[in-house]
Amino acid sequence: MPKDTSAPATGIGAATKRREDIRFLTGRGRYTDDINLRGQAHAHFLRSDVAHGRIRSIDTAAAEAMPGVIKVFTAADFASAGGLPCGWQVTDRFGQPMQEPKHPILADGKVRHVGDPIACVVAETLDQARDAADAIVVDIEDLPAVIDMKAALAEGAPKVHDELTSNLCYDWGFVEENKAAVEQAFRDAAHVVSLDLVNNRLVANPMEPRVAVGDYDFATDMHTLYTTSQNPHVIRLLMGAFVLGIPEHRLRVVAPDVGGGFGSKIYHYAEEAFCTAAAKALRRPVKWTSTRSEAFISDAHGRDHLTRIELALDADHMFTALRTETYANMGAYLSTFAPCIPTWLHGTLMAGNYRTPLIYVNVKAVFTNTVPVDAYRGAGRPEATFQIERLVDKAARELGADPVELRRKNFITEFPYQTPVAVVYDTGNYHATMDKLLEISDRAGFEARAMESQARGKLRGFGIAHYIEACGIAPSNLVGQLGARAGLYESATVRVNATGGIVVMTGSHSHGQGHETTFAQVVADMIGIDAGQVEIVHGDTANTPMGMGTYGSRSLAVGGSALVKAAGKVIAKAKKIAAHLLEAAEGDIELKDGTFSVAGTDRTVDWGAVCLAAYVPHNYPLADLEPGLEETAFYDPANFTFPSGAYACEVEVDPETGAVEILAFSAADDFGNIVNPMIVEGQVQGGLAQGIGQALMEHCVYDETGQLLTGSYMDYAMPRAEDLPLFRVDHSCITPCTHNPLGVKGCGEAGAIGSPPAVVNAVLDALNRGGHAVSHIDMPLSPARVWAAINA
Amino acid sequence: MTKVTLTVNGKAVSREVEQRTLLVQLLRDDPASGGLGLTGTHVGCDTSQCGACTVHVDGMAVKSCTMLAVEAEGAAVTTIEGMANADGSLSPLQQAFQDHHGLQCGFCTPGMVMTAAALLAENPTPSESAVRYYLEGNICRCTGYHGIVKAIMAASGQDMPAMAAE
Ligand code: FES
Ligand code: FES
Repeated sequence: MPKDTSAPATGIGAATKRREDIRFLTGRGRYTDDINLRGQAHAHFLRSDVAHGRIRSIDTAAAEAMPGVIKVFTAADFASAGGLPCGWQVTDRFGQPMQEPKHPILADGKVRHVGDPIACVVAETLDQARDAADAIVVDIEDLPAVIDMKAALAEGAPKVHDELTSNLCYDWGFVEENKAAVEQAFRDAAHVVSLDLVNNRLVANPMEPRVAVGDYDFATDMHTLYTTSQNPHVIRLLMGAFVLGIPEHRLRVVAPDVGGGFGSKIYHYAEEAFCTAAAKALRRPVKWTSTRSEAFISDAHGRDHLTRIELALDADHMFTALRTETYANMGAYLSTFAPCIPTWLHGTLMAGNYRTPLIYVNVKAVFTNTVPVDAYRGAGRPEATFQIERLVDKAARELGADPVELRRKNFITEFPYQTPVAVVYDTGNYHATMDKLLEISDRAGFEARAMESQARGKLRGFGIAHYIEACGIAPSNLVGQLGARAGLYESATVRVNATGGIVVMTGSHSHGQGHETTFAQVVADMIGIDAGQVEIVHGDTANTPMGMGTYGSRSLAVGGSALVKAAGKVIAKAKKIAAHLLEAAEGDIELKDGTFSVAGTDRTVDWGAVCLAAYVPHNYPLADLEPGLEETAFYDPANFTFPSGAYACEVEVDPETGAVEILAFSAADDFGNIVNPMIVEGQVQGGLAQGIGQALMEHCVYDETGQLLTGSYMDYAMPRAEDLPLFRVDHSCITPCTHNPLGVKGCGEAGAIGSPPAVVNAVLDALNRGGHAVSHIDMPLSPARVWAAINA
Repeated sequence: MTKVTLTVNGKAVSREVEQRTLLVQLLRDDPASGGLGLTGTHVGCDTSQCGACTVHVDGMAVKSCTMLAVEAEGAAVTTIEGMANADGSLSPLQQAFQDHHGLQCGFCTPGMVMTAAALLAENPTPSESAVRYYLEGNICRCTGYHGIVKAIMAASGQDMPAMAAE
């Protein structure tokens, strides 16, 4: 049916309301914990309460005799299973592969962090499983734990993995060949500015805890896993091929509605493999639901870098060289993508938005007796941005330069731009985003506002940051060279039904991003029909093509490109059918607003008639064209995409208490083209909240014995509504991506990447304006830390 | 086991529960294992901090993870499943959440809607800061609260101040 032009626009660029909201707002979402299979048993893991120890014995007899207990599993039950695999092998600066320890499903011989699973009780009810876990007797010989990264690398430090030579996973240099030239540039510099900083350890904390439900059908030898995953195909591949030895055609992984992920639901976790294997062993479905306390000690954590960064400048304040030395915490085991975060997702971004010609990045990845650390919203790019943007601000203060002008002076202005750290920025306009930022944040009016604050005894500060990120991960051949053990393409199948409605099966996954709405907008726009005629299916390996899932702000740039390719193939075939029906040459057929026409004539046939002809091919060129209208495409990106933007934070500090209030936060982003501005703004707002959380509140803390001190929402502070302002978000600066069909760049992580340095810069601006010469405070900028800095 | 009888979304129900069974378990658990199968109410934490489990008990917003099922004896409980209009369409508050992008992953959403409904029942035209204060027991990790606050203000018939301009 041709598009009703009086209806609200639903194509590309429209702020279409989200269709998925209806089910979420009425309690009809279907999250993994909402799934209860007939006859299911419940799993409860007994987890280590010490950070490091040798397991002398595990006695499960008493537990097994408890009411309702079906079986108690230990490592012995998984002797033939593989370990949880790591998906990325980093090569160190001496050309050697990283040290890669085995990661068993259940602790085998040693426990290596608080939360390491030792045994699992499967029982008729969850309460019975929990009660029985208390009856398991585990004899553990305590070993000294290594928590501090530098201490872990000291001579004679206890080893997390006895079979490794040390706790050093790798010592990576990038670009190693630049090292001597960088050092020379520092010797020649007019000014050198340096900073030691911490990128605080965080916990992603999607509001939905992880859940796994394993099922096995003996009649068909089919395994099914329902899991809270951002990438069900990746889980199927990793778990099937490396852990349990199940071929993919015997394994279905379903990630239904997923309640947020932020990276923490990318990885293949032990509980997924456990429930899948236990379902077969016990011949009944097995369900595990994480409690929040359990999530804190079993979900992969994020960030946790210690860095020294130095910048060399010439007499004109042009950046001449940058070097860093970073210690990156891996935790006790290598989580799925852990090794690539501090290297290829961090080192390659160290040019930032600036024309620094020489850069050298050193990263030492360290094993400690803590929960594994992996990607969390931004993944490597927030760490890079924080270092650069804090240091540039510090340089401006030390040199007496305006922080905006110092940045502008060094901005990259010509594209494509080859950075000295391997990547090529295809487009950008950093002056434009900075101009827009200064406008929406009303920097010009700041001095008057600062006076007003001063009159009330408060210190007001204005902080800015500019970021670059690499999204749309990634060209498979490139990441293969860099150590990825997977390809990073995306897929889509566009199935047109006989009456013109469309079902799209995508390999991307939505866990809050709204793909069901935006992906439908893209397809509808291409054909010129209403988005309501397009349904999006995702999250089930049984009915979607192999896809790599959603993370790294890749879904629209990579998954959307696959979608455009597949829809393009459908349209090309539909034009052939239309040409036949209209008795015209294929090259003369145009498609607009859901109607095919012969150029220059009034002869038309609408979308629905062409679709019907494809499936009821009575009048159809059967000799030349197959019936049906369904196409699949895989898209492998040619390059990363490079969103960028300028952020400003305005704070008020109470010098009496050290409390920081965010008065305003402004974001001017360049995401390339926009499909749904409402969703883009929501992504930025959510990212800002997490970045502000990192800057002011969030901190995952271990004591020296490896006990997690911030193991619940009582201790791990996340922003609540009162902690945040309304945000000023702008995305009108657009330099379309040059190498994907939609010209889109990705918007999911920007807020979390650009905001922490803006917040910290604002607080330091407030203190320095107030006469307190404070050069740095480590995140989170709690009132105690700010007060201590004021009163140092 | 103890028998508990209550009204849920206007319907009288009666179930056998353990003394330790939480109200949220009774609501969410599968009917095959003695629950009501109302999975719209969520569990996001185990320390009574997140508010994903918020329901109304006799008109008051209550964290159903923090109340025993047996304590609900005789009570009238409303869950997110009971919040739509009689014809199944979104209520004005629910509609405001959709209109103002007050949700992303949807996991905190039932609790947010229940809390917001309780606020508007108490205070039909709250200020922005009153909205933020009232949401202190509800965590959203996706939205930065921006769309949630706007939705609640809109549902109360108030336009956001000019500063909200994006
Ligand atoms: S589940 Fe009730 S407050 Fe978190
Ligand atoms: S919408 Fe995801 S937690 Fe609020």
